[in-house]
This record gives sequence, C-alpha cells and structure tokens, in this order.
Amino acid sequence: MTTEAITTPSLPRLGSPAPSFEAETTFGPLRLEDFKGSWLILFSHPADFTPVCTTEFLAFAAIAPELKKRKVELLGLSIDSTYSHIAWVRNIEEKFKVKIPFPIIADLNKEVATAFGMIMPGESKTETSRCVFVIDDKGIVRAMVYYPLTTGRNMDELLRLVDALQTADRHGVATPANWRPGDKVIMPAPKTAEDAAARMQAKGVECTDWYFCKKAL
Amino acid sequence: MACISADGTLTVQARLVLTAFQSPRTPEDVAATTDIALFRIRGSLRELVTAGLIEQVGDGYRITVAGRQQLAAPAA
Repeated sequence: MTTEAITTPSLPRLGSPAPSFEAETTFGPLRLEDFKGSWLILFSHPADFTPVCTTEFLAFAAIAPELKKRKVELLGLSIDSTYSHIAWVRNIEEKFKVKIPFPIIADLNKEVATAFGMIMPGESKTETSRCVFVIDDKGIVRAMVYYPLTTGRNMDELLRLVDALQTADRHGVATPANWRPGDKVIMPAPKTAEDAAARMQAKGVECTDWYFCKKAL
Repeated sequence: MACISADGTLTVQARLVLTAFQSPRTPEDVAATTDIALFRIRGSLRELVTAGLIEQVGDGYRITVAGRQQLAAPAA
C-alpha cells in the first residue's frame, strides 16, 4: 500500500502576502503582481449565468467608479471558462445594459481558488463560494469576507471596508463599529501610564476613559 | 493571448498599448496619461515584449520596428 501525502494549501492570512498567481482572464493573462501599486478586490462567484451572481456583477460594476477613486481594482473569479465568462458579460450587457469593467479569472484548474481557499466542500466541491479578498497596494491581504452560495454580498459594506482600511493606514487610527467616512475614529490606546494621563488632558479628543478615545479627522 | 489573436493579428488592447509606447515611457506614465489601467499595461507588455513588438529601454519600454510594422498592418 502506498501512502500519498495529502497537502493542504496554506490559506491566505490577514497581514501576509497574498498568494501569487498567473491566470487566464477575460482581459488576457494576468498576474497578481500586475496590480502592485493599486489595491485589489479579488472576489469569487459560484458560476456564470446564475441569478445571484448576476445581481452581484451588476452591483460590483456599479461601485467600480467609486473603487477607482480609491485606487482599487476589481478582479472576479469562478471555475468557468473564458468563453463562458465572455458570453455571460455580453449577456449582462445585452439584458441589463451594464458593461462589466473588470477582468474575470477563468480558473478551470482551480489553482487560484485553491490557493485562496475559495472552495468550501461542505457547500460545493465544484463551485467557489462568495469570497472577497481585499489586497493592498503592497500585495498584503488586508481583509477577507466569505459569504455562502445563497447570499449576495453587500457592496456598501465592501466600500466601507476599503474606506476604513485606507483611513486606518493614512491616519494611524482604528475605526469603531458601524463607522462611516466622516465619523470620529478611534485613537490607538496609550502604552504607558504617562501617556494615558496625557491622553485624558489632550485637546480635540473625546475620551470616555484613557483607553477609549475618539477624534474627528 | 490578449495581444495577438490566433490568426496573428493584433488585438484592440495590443494596438492601444503599442500606440502608447511610440517613444520610451514607463507603464506608470502611460497609465497616468491614458485610460488604460496599469495592470492591463503590465500584462500586455509582458506579452508584447515576448513577441518582440515592444522592447525595454532603461526603466521604460518602446515599440520595436516589428511592432511598428504590425501596427501599420490592417486591423482584424
């Protein structure tokens, strides 16, 4: 009897480099490194020509201009062929009058889906779940969102997530629950007793206690 | 292939990129001054350099003689 090593791909981790790839897309062959310098939302959908996915593609296309303002590119993926993708985006354009402005990976060999852990065998062994990876301009995975096959994603939340990440980077702050651009942000907690005391006296800062302070940007 | 069709003719994307690199330029410069996304320029350059239609010059790229000839040929 021979034993075969079962290799489980290491899944992406927050704060670590995204797995590199080269893939066929509706825009031709692309590599992850081609997106360096821009942020990237890499997202998977279960299959072309399915209704929930179609609503999501319409919604992703609708937020694409807002993402562009934030220097964020979109890249879709499913385990379908390039020809299927092309036929589907042409169908969307014909039936819904919406042009899909981003490339879609044709991941027939499941290489990218496997590297990113997009297949949930408990749901489906042949389709990718609704995964979203927010990758920053240095190629680091900054956020991961997983939705099941049945549930379409919320584009407002994805935009909010990008805004929160970019605000955190730009200002060295964190963002509270339900934060929206324009809301007050959370200041990093002081690390010394002296700084804690000083924080409570700081001007322009709203402190409930030394560790819980907000400020307007 | 995103830049060269199966019949050997240039794709729409290849024509855009070849036209943008008439003189030596960086991909970032082209992305900043055209509507072509930087990731598309990088992907196309890889293919066009391999095909000998674009060459690297210092930090930038420019169209080759073969690239000019292909660009002058009628579109598919």
